[in-house]
Amino acid sequence: MAEKPTLKKSDFQSDQAIRWCPGCGDYAILAQTQKVFPEITEKKEDTVFISGIGCSSRFPYYMNTYGFHTIHGRAPTVASGLKLANPNLSVWMVTGDGDGFSIGGNHLIHLLRRNININVMLFNNRIYGLTKGQYSPTSEQGKVTYSTPMGSLDYPFKPTQLVLGAQGSFVAKTIDKELKHLQSMIRRANDHNGTSFIEIYQNCNIFNDGAFGTLTDRDTKADKLLYLENGEPMIFGNDKDKGIILEGSKPKVVKIGKKYKVEDILVHDETDPLIANMLSNFTANPNFPEPLGVLFCSERPTYDDLMADQMSKANEQPKQTLDDMLKAGDTWEVE
Amino acid sequence: MAKKVNKETLDNVTIRFAGDSGDGMQLSGGRFTQTAAIVGNDLSTLPDFPAEIRAPAGSLAGVSSFQIHFSSQEIHTPGEKPDVLVAMNPAALKVHLSELKSGGTLIINKNAFNPKNLKLAGYETDPTEDGTLDDYYQAHFIEMSKLVTLACEGIDLSPKLVDRTKNLCALGVLFWIYDRPLEPTIEWLKNKFKNKDEIIEANINALNAGYNYGETAELFTTRYVVEKAKLPAGRYRNMNGTLATCLGLLAAVEKSKMSLTFAGYPITPASNILHTLSNWKKFGIKTFQAEDEIAGIGAALGASFGGSLGVTASSGPGIALKGEFLGLTLITELPVVIINVQRGGPSTGLPTKTEQSDLFQAVYGRNGDAPTPVVAATTPGDCFFTTYEACRIAVKYMTPIIVLTDGYLANGSEPWMIPNSKDLIDFEVNFEKENDSDEKHQPYKRNKDTLARNWAIPGTKGLEHRIGGIEKEDGSGNVSYDSDNHEHMTYTRAQKVANIANEIPPTEVYGKKKGDLLILSWGSTHGSCKVATEKLLAENYKVGHVSLKWINPFPSDLGKILLNYEKVIIPEINRGQLRYLIRAEYLINAIGLNEIKGRPIGASTIMNKCKEILDG
Repeated sequence: MAEKPTLKKSDFQSDQAIRWCPGCGDYAILAQTQKVFPEITEKKEDTVFISGIGCSSRFPYYMNTYGFHTIHGRAPTVASGLKLANPNLSVWMVTGDGDGFSIGGNHLIHLLRRNININVMLFNNRIYGLTKGQYSPTSEQGKVTYSTPMGSLDYPFKPTQLVLGAQGSFVAKTIDKELKHLQSMIRRANDHNGTSFIEIYQNCNIFNDGAFGTLTDRDTKADKLLYLENGEPMIFGNDKDKGIILEGSKPKVVKIGKKYKVEDILVHDETDPLIANMLSNFTANPNFPEPLGVLFCSERPTYDDLMADQMSKANEQPKQTLDDMLKAGDTWEVE
Repeated sequence: MAKKVNKETLDNVTIRFAGDSGDGMQLSGGRFTQTAAIVGNDLSTLPDFPAEIRAPAGSLAGVSSFQIHFSSQEIHTPGEKPDVLVAMNPAALKVHLSELKSGGTLIINKNAFNPKNLKLAGYETDPTEDGTLDDYYQAHFIEMSKLVTLACEGIDLSPKLVDRTKNLCALGVLFWIYDRPLEPTIEWLKNKFKNKDEIIEANINALNAGYNYGETAELFTTRYVVEKAKLPAGRYRNMNGTLATCLGLLAAVEKSKMSLTFAGYPITPASNILHTLSNWKKFGIKTFQAEDEIAGIGAALGASFGGSLGVTASSGPGIALKGEFLGLTLITELPVVIINVQRGGPSTGLPTKTEQSDLFQAVYGRNGDAPTPVVAATTPGDCFFTTYEACRIAVKYMTPIIVLTDGYLANGSEPWMIPNSKDLIDFEVNFEKENDSDEKHQPYKRNKDTLARNWAIPGTKGLEHRIGGIEKEDGSGNVSYDSDNHEHMTYTRAQKVANIANEIPPTEVYGKKKGDLLILSWGSTHGSCKVATEKLLAENYKVGHVSLKWINPFPSDLGKILLNYEKVIIPEINRGQLRYLIRAEYLINAIGLNEIKGRPIGASTIMNKCKEILDG
């Protein structure tokens, strides 16, 4: 938007007291969202935030837009119905790793494959917070929690990989501490026509503090984070001296210098599903850095556009009134 | 040489078509029904089919049937024991023979009585050969497969496809016996199989072959005439419950000028609502086949939040899955119409059979103190009025509402006097207007008369607000854990539903307004109870009949009416769910009549039980 935004950050702040724990990563996400929104919308009445249940799902109460705090796991269904009823709305969905990937897993995958133009923000803290500290479907195996005193047996999902498998057309990842990056991912999600999915690593300082410590500590993060830029080589490290190459179909981390030049490093192409799948598999893999940015972005017709096409095509059919329909078929007169 | 044929006039006839699932019995029944409608009879139908799409051919489990009761007088039920049984194979005969009236007419496809089919049906000897049928019935053994093969000679169709036309042959025989025109069926066939000339020709030939068989075979010496029924004057069409339900939704769209979003998941016997509505996009009806039952109501609720009336339909098991969302709809006070086409339960139960056992589920099936309006349709055609009214009430009172129909109503049909859209009660929708003032919008500000909150839809400037499943402060709609507010809201939600009683017209009592016995029915038992009442009145019993549509809230005059009778009997296809509610609400010792066999209760069953009470 070239012109100066007409709305301010404060226009998006509701009058409700925020009830997240002090130090929660959700505060940063809320603040960045409120900061970006004046840039991406001129009419806050056209914005709707929809959530399920969990700490993250309180988010709509704090945004001074329309909002709907629904029930556990079901936000995609309400968001879908709303968007189909009124395609002009900008619909945002906020969910967590339990809400979105456990109880609501079915709805989320179907939202993605339909590609309804809704923006999904997944706050992944790898723990159940609101129910006080049980392991989640993204918790690492062996996690000791209240419900798993001897360690969890479940193997975790890699959310971006699941989303790609569900035919997500926009898949991005960011982290609560990387404020500018978080903002840019919100902007990108808004620009994408289709279901946009942003996974946001979010620290729960009460039940899973430091889950992403190596990705946020000043000392370690440069070596652990790979910032993705479309059309740019996948280079990372404190001295920008590490990169990803492909050996056959296998990715590998190499040092840039004598053996490998910058030209040898794999260039990110966010429209390439093979690259996206490869990157999604870096998650929780000690041999690779954690990719942040847009892993995949490829437009295809959205469900809402296709439905609008069908509705207008149907509108070309001969007009009929209610009385025509009531009187249709074989009828007879009784005197 | 023309044979001598007598003509005899009958008041009413019940025919049951029975055959293998693949024999096309629903089609034969449907065509006979449409012809009876065109002739001007009153009629009522009951299709009955197995849950399996194609159970093993010739097996007892695979028998599908269709019953039609047609008459020159007003009738209210699909009849009980048939006068005529069409049995296309031994299994169909085995399953249905015991219900055929003594002396009734049997029409049998003789060619299907081969050793294999006889064995599958459990016959040791061939009943068409051993003379057992002739003693009790007017049995006609017709070689239908052979007749259609001959009739279709020279048509380029496989023998298998030719054999499939034997249902039209059976239909032709019946058309001859009951002196019905063939043209409507021929027209229908031409339309149905457009561009498949061979199929059209074969079916028409088969139909004629059956008709001509009646004309020439010496066996048939009497034709029966069932005259036009003396129905109230007006224009009529044959109507089934599914189409009536969909037309009710369409009427809501057209009268309210709002859009409608239907979201559902396939389930028997409700799926046809989704099929029908998906053809009606030009009226602004959007349909969404959701990933599951929960998503069906979730999307409907989302649509309603957005200002398009959300509707979902299912049957008992699906409604169970929707329960949590019903609670959310209720606490967020948004209009959503939930249609339950009831079937036999619990669990998967009897998917294709009818039952009334989801009444408790409708009234109570949610966590918390969660009053929800419940309204039930009484006849196939009444599904139209009930659904329209449910939509109107949902919007006026900002509430979820449950519409109860059942498998019998959905698939059954009756002549329906076509209403005029002008005669439908007005349907007002008032979305909250833009707010330019500094005053904050109050999403839970209520209408003083109804207690309905306002409907402020996204996209409207100045009305931004948040709703959700957590308890709300009345007025502001803010999250509130305040104990007094919670109690206030609990009573407010209940009072709002109770206020709907103001919309219910005075209860009509059929028969004696005071007397010895009141027959109280709800939903689809209406017809059998009405017939039983008619007959009891004719025998000078002091009985009345009340047919309930509103279960929650009850009509405000119901309590008084109940006191006008010595006794109250409640026939239901369940173990006594309405009886339980009536006893709890009015502290009267209502008597139950409970038959749970997956089909409507017969009028004679009700009459006999009433006599037992009245004479005892």
